[in-house]
Amino acid sequence: MAKSLKANSIRSATRRWFWLFLGPVVAAFIIGFVWPFIQGIYLSFCNFRITADAEFVGIDNYGRALSDPAFQYSFWYTALTAIVSLVIINVLAFTVAYLLTKKIRGANLFRTVFFMPNLIGGIVLGYIWSMIFDGILSAYNTSILLDTTLGFWGLIIVMCWQQIGYMMIIYIAGLQAVPADMLEAAEIDGATSMQTLFKVTIPNVMPSITICVFLSLTNGFKLFDQNLALTGGQPYIIQPDGSTINTTQMLALTIYNTFYTSSTASRGTAQAMAVIFFVLVAGLGLAQLAYTRKREVQQ
Amino acid sequence: MSTKLTRRAFLGATGLASLSLAACGGQPSSSSGDSGEQTASGKGSVYWLNFKPEIDETLQSLAKSYTDQKGVPVKVVTAASGTYDQTLTSEMDKSEPPTLFVIGNQAAVKTWGDYAIDLSGTKIDEECNTDDFNLYDADGKLVSQGYCYECFGIIANPDLITKAGHDVNQITDFDTLKTVVEDIHSRAGDLGFDGFAPADMDDSNSWIYTGHLANLDYYYESRDAGGWKETPATITGQYLPNYKNLYDLIINNSTVAPNTLATGGHDPQTTFIDGKTAFMLQGSWSYPDVSAKVADAQMIPYYGGVEGEQNAGLNSGTENCWAVNNKVSEDDQNATMDFMVWLVTDPDASKQMVAQLGTMPFTNSQPGDNTFLNDAEELNSADKYTMTWDFNYQPNVDEYRKALVSALNQYDSDPSDANWSSFQTAFVEGWAKNYQAVNG
Repeated sequence: MAKSLKANSIRSATRRWFWLFLGPVVAAFIIGFVWPFIQGIYLSFCNFRITADAEFVGIDNYGRALSDPAFQYSFWYTALTAIVSLVIINVLAFTVAYLLTKKIRGANLFRTVFFMPNLIGGIVLGYIWSMIFDGILSAYNTSILLDTTLGFWGLIIVMCWQQIGYMMIIYIAGLQAVPADMLEAAEIDGATSMQTLFKVTIPNVMPSITICVFLSLTNGFKLFDQNLALTGGQPYIIQPDGSTINTTQMLALTIYNTFYTSSTASRGTAQAMAVIFFVLVAGLGLAQLAYTRKREVQQ
Repeated sequence: MSTKLTRRAFLGATGLASLSLAACGGQPSSSSGDSGEQTASGKGSVYWLNFKPEIDETLQSLAKSYTDQKGVPVKVVTAASGTYDQTLTSEMDKSEPPTLFVIGNQAAVKTWGDYAIDLSGTKIDEECNTDDFNLYDADGKLVSQGYCYECFGIIANPDLITKAGHDVNQITDFDTLKTVVEDIHSRAGDLGFDGFAPADMDDSNSWIYTGHLANLDYYYESRDAGGWKETPATITGQYLPNYKNLYDLIINNSTVAPNTLATGGHDPQTTFIDGKTAFMLQGSWSYPDVSAKVADAQMIPYYGGVEGEQNAGLNSGTENCWAVNNKVSEDDQNATMDFMVWLVTDPDASKQMVAQLGTMPFTNSQPGDNTFLNDAEELNSADKYTMTWDFNYQPNVDEYRKALVSALNQYDSDPSDANWSSFQTAFVEGWAKNYQAVNG
C-alpha cells in the first residue's frame, strides 16, 4: 500500500515537472533546428542579402535552381559518388569487421587504428590527401586538380578512408550479436563458411546494414568539406560561351558557391537548392530505411 | 510587402504561429534604422568590421586609445583571412551590425551598396585628397572611400641583377626584362639564383595571376575605353597576348616546374628574400618583410610588350575602402564618421595607420616610408602613367577567378595552344557570362 502510494506520488510529480526536464531539450531543438529550418524554407521563397531584409518573390528561386546546369550536373555527380562510395565503404567495412571478429592477434589494436581516421576533420583530411595524391601524381606529370577521373576516385578514397572505420564499429557490434547457437547449429548441419555467412550471419546483421547504408548514403550526398579541400570542383571545363562545368563539384559545394555569387537572386536560389537538397536526402534516406528494414529478421 | 508581415503570413500558413514569438525575439531590428548600441551620453558607438587580419592588433590599440580619449565605445572585429564576405553577411544580420565596413570593389558595391550611406560631402570626404580610389554605384552614390592605397608590380633584387651582369634600371620594357630574366635562368646553376619565384595557384596565392596580372589586360582595355567607371558587360582580351608574354616568362624561368604550381606548397616570398631569385610578383604590403632582408629591393612595372609601356608606372589602387552602414542610427553614423576622421587626422593615429597600410590619401595624414609606394610616387612624378586597379571591376569575382585558375592549371601542365585558348575563353567569355549572372 505504502509502496503503491509512493509510486503514485512519483508518477504524479513526474507528470507535473516533466516540462522542466523536457523543456531545455525541446527549446534547444526548436532554436537550433526547427526555427532555422522553417526560416530556411521561407527564405527559399525570397530575395535577400541578409535574412532581416528578405523580400518575398514566390517560387522564382526554385525555377532558377532547377534550371541551373551546375545544379543538375552536381546532382548526378553527387549521386554517382554517393552510390559508389556506399558500396565500397560497406563492403570493405563489413569485410574488415568480419575479419576482426575472428580470433586474430591484435584485433583490438586494428579496430582502434581503423576507427581513427574518423576523428580527423574533413577539411584537414582533404588537404592532407591532396598532398599525398599530388605527391604520387606529380611523378606522372599530373595532379588531382587536372583530371576529373582522378578527382572522382580521390574523393572516393578519402571518403572510404574516413568512414570505413566508423561503419566497421557498427558492423562489429552487429556481428557480435549474432546468436552463437545459430552459428553452432549451422556448423552442425554442415553449412560451409560461405553458406553460414550469407544464410545466417548477414540476415542477422541486417539492422547494422540498414544503419550503415543509411549513414553512408546520406554522408555521400552531404559531402562538403572534403570536396572543398580536395578538389574545390576542379578541373573546370570551360564552355565556348564562357560558362564552366565544375567537374568534381558536389551538391553541397554548388549550393555554397551559388550562395556567394554576387547577384541579388543568388542567396535565395542557393536557399531553394538547399531545400531541394534536404527533400532529396531525406526522401532517399527514408526510402532506403524502409527497404532494408523489410529485410531484417527477428531473432 | 514588408518582410515582417510576410514572415508572419508564412508562419500562419504553416500553422506554426507559436514559433513566431521566438522568431521576433531572434530577429535583428536593423531594418527599422534605429538599432545600434547607444552610449549613456547618446553619442553612439562604432563597430568596425575589418578585413585585414594583419592590422588587427593596431586597430584594437587605436580603438582603445580613441575610447580613452573621446569616451566613445569602439569595437573592432576582424574576419578570418578569406572569409570577409561570409562574416559580413552574418554580422549585418545582427541587431547591432557593423557601423563601418569594407566595400572594396565593384562586385561588393553591387552586393552591399544598398547598405552604405552616400559619403559625398561628408567630413571624411572633405579630408580625402583624391577621387582615384573611391567607389561609386550606378546612380553616382559615393558608396565607399579608399582609406589607403597600395601598389604592386615586379619586385626586383638589384644586387643579384648586377651580379648577373645587368642593371635593374635598364629594364624599361618587356624585351629588356625578358633578356635579363632568360639570361639569369640559363645560368642559374652557376649564379646560384634563378629568375622568378612564381606564386602558386592555390587559393591563398592565385589572385596574383587572376587579379593582379590580369590587370595587365584590364588596365589597357579600360584606358582604351576612356577609363571604366563601372563593370563593362564584355571585354575583348585584346591585351591577353601581353599577359601571356609575362606569364610564360615567369613560369618558364623560375625555381619550380610549372606543373607543380597547381597544388601549392612553395613559398615565393621566402625564396626571393633568401636571395634565391632575382624577381617575384608582389605588392607594397610585402615591403616590411622584403626590406628586412633585401634592403634595396625595387619595384618595377608589369611589362608585357604593350606599345608605349616604357612609360608605365606601377599598378596603384586599393581594396581598402570604408563604407558606413546606413541601417544603423544617425548617432552611430556620426560617431563612426568622427572616428574615421580621427584615424586620418590625429598625428599619432594616422602614423600608426600609415605604418601598417602604406600611404593614406588624406590631406592631414602622416607621410609613409614604404619604398615601394615611394617608387610608385617617383614614377608618377616622372610622368609615367599609373596602372589603375581595373581588376576591381571583375564581375562575380570569386567564380570568375576560379575558372581562370582551373584553366591556368591546365595550361601549366600542358602549355598547348588549345589550353591557352581555353584560358582566353574563361577570361573573355567568362567575364560576359559572369556579368550576366550578376546583372541578369
